[in-house]
Amino acid sequence: MGMTMTQKILAAAAGLEEIFAGQLIMANLDMVLANDITGPVSIKEMDKFAKKGIFDKDKIALIPDHFSPNKDIKSAQNCKYMREFAYANDITHFYEVGEMGIEHALLPEKGIVTAGDTVIGADSHTCTYGALGAFSTGVGSTDAAVGMATGQAWFKVPSAIKFVLTGKPAKWITGKDIILHIIGMIGVDGARYRSLEFVGDGIAHLSMDDRFTISNMAIEAGGKNGIFPVDDVTIEYLKSHQGNNAKPYKVYQADEDAIYDETYTIDLSELKPTVAFPHLPENTRTIDEVGDIAIDQVVIGSCTNGHLEDMEIAAKVLAGRKVKKGLRVIIIPATQQIYMDAIEAGYIKTFIEAGAIVSTPTCGPCLGGYMGILAENERCVSTTNRNFVGRMGHVTSEIYLAGPAVAAASAVTGKISCPCELEEK
Amino acid sequence: MKAKGNVFKYGDNVDTDVIIPARHLAITDPKGLAQYCMEDIDADFVKKVKPGDIIVAGKNFGCGSSREHAPIAIKASGISCVIAETFARIFYRNAINIGLPIIESAQAVRAIEAGDVVEIDFNSGMIYDITKGTTYKGQAFPPFMQELIAAGGLINYINKSN
Repeated sequence: MGMTMTQKILAAAAGLEEIFAGQLIMANLDMVLANDITGPVSIKEMDKFAKKGIFDKDKIALIPDHFSPNKDIKSAQNCKYMREFAYANDITHFYEVGEMGIEHALLPEKGIVTAGDTVIGADSHTCTYGALGAFSTGVGSTDAAVGMATGQAWFKVPSAIKFVLTGKPAKWITGKDIILHIIGMIGVDGARYRSLEFVGDGIAHLSMDDRFTISNMAIEAGGKNGIFPVDDVTIEYLKSHQGNNAKPYKVYQADEDAIYDETYTIDLSELKPTVAFPHLPENTRTIDEVGDIAIDQVVIGSCTNGHLEDMEIAAKVLAGRKVKKGLRVIIIPATQQIYMDAIEAGYIKTFIEAGAIVSTPTCGPCLGGYMGILAENERCVSTTNRNFVGRMGHVTSEIYLAGPAVAAASAVTGKISCPCELEEK
Repeated sequence: MKAKGNVFKYGDNVDTDVIIPARHLAITDPKGLAQYCMEDIDADFVKKVKPGDIIVAGKNFGCGSSREHAPIAIKASGISCVIAETFARIFYRNAINIGLPIIESAQAVRAIEAGDVVEIDFNSGMIYDITKGTTYKGQAFPPFMQELIAAGGLINYINKSN
C-alpha cells in the first residue's frame, strides 16, 4: 500500500518498512523545541523522570522568543530558569537575546532543521518546517519533556489531504493568501489530525518564505503537519542557509499510489488577496468583499510573516508613502539576520520614514504578550496567524489576518485595503 | 473511575487563548493558572466552578496554541471531565499526558444543557444526564491511551515501562 510523504518520513523515524494511517508508532526525533512559555513547564516535568538527563544536547532547541526581551518579572524568571537549564545541560541550540529570533524562522535559518527530519516542538506552529520537506508538529510541554529526555515521541500515523497547486500567483499574492484561502475552504478543523500535503506545478512559483507561511498555518486548519516536496528551491535554501554546520538532509517522496482522504486543486492564478475576519481564521473574504473597515493598528511580523520577503513587500508598498495619521504600525523582523538584511536593503529606513516602528525580534503582539496590545473595540490588521477572541488584547478587540501587502496598504489608508488601490492613485 | 458535577456549556472551536489568555502564561503553577481559567469566554466561570464540575462543548475543543497551561488550568479549576463533539489534536494529547479526563460524544453534546447534573463512567464510556434522565455512549480511548491514563500520564508510563 502506498504511503504519503509524511508517512514515509514517520516510517523511517520509527524504523519500520511500512506504516498505515491510524497506526500508533514510536518515532525517533531529530529535534525537540521549546520556548520561554512552554519550555519552563517542560523543564519542571523533567524532574519527574526516573532516569535523569537529556537524550542529546545537539538535538534540543530552547528559544526565548515569546515574552523576550523579558516583558515583566515573571517572564524574566521563566527565561532565567530555561537559561540555567540550557547551560547546566550544555544545550547547543540555546539562543539568547541578541542572537535569537522567532523560533520557526530561526531554526530553518540556522540549519537546525532540515529536509527529512522528524521534529516536535512545544509550540503549535512547529509545523512550519514542513516547508523544508520535514515532518514537524506541535505538541505540549509534557511531550516535549519526554522528547528531551528520551529522544522519542508517540504518534498516531495521520492520513492526508492532497492540495494540488497549479498556475502562477498574481501580483501581491503570497503564501498567506494561499493558506487563508485553504483554511476558508476547509475550515479550522478541516484537516484535524491529518496532514496537508502540497503538490503541483504551482509550487515552483512559491519562494521558501511563501512555503514557510503556508506550512506554518496548517495548524489553523487543525492539521498535524503541512508538507512540501523537496525541489530546487528547497535545496538552494538548505545550501545557502546552513553553511558549515550543514546537517545532512534526506529527500522523501510520496508513493505514486499513496492514498489521500481528499484532493483539492487550487489554481493560484485565480486567487485574490485574502483577509480572515474575526474571530476565526476560516472567516475569510477576498479583498473585494471586505467593505469599509477602519483600523487602529497594523502588525507586520511573527513566525508566519516576519521573513525578509514580507519586509520587502511591506517596504515596496510603504516606500514614499506615509502611515495614516492616528494609526500605529508595528513591524517586527523575525530574526536578527532578517533585521540586518532589511537594514542593508533599506527597508527599515523606509518603514521609519513612513511612520512605522520597528522592533527587535519577538512574538510579542501576536499572542497578546506585549508590544502592541489592543484596547477595547480596537481593530488591527495583522500578518500573524490567529484572530481568536482576546488574542491580541481586550476581549472586544478585533484582529483581521492578512498578508504583508494588504497590511502595508492598510497602514497607508487606515482601512483594510488592497495595494492595488494605491497603484491606481 | 467516575466523575459527577454541574455542566458548563460552550460552543464550537473553544480555543486555548480563551481558555487561558497569553497575558497569564508567565504563570506556571496550576493553581495560579486556574484563577484565570476560561477568562475570555466566560468571566464568571471561576466564581461558579466547583470541584467535580464538567465542561461540555462542541467541535474542535482546545484548538490553537499548544499551551499545556490550558488543560492544566481546567484540571486545577476542579473540572473532572471535558465532553466535546471533537477535540483539537494537541489539546487531546496534552489532556491525556497530564491526566485530564476527556471524552467525545456528539450526541451527548447536542442534548446536555448548561446546569444539568451529569455523571460519567470512564470504564464503560457511559454519560448519564441525571437532570434529564438520559444516557449517551462516549467514544472509548484506544488501549494505548488507556494505559497512559491508568499509569497517571505519559511520564509515569515511561518511568514504569523502563
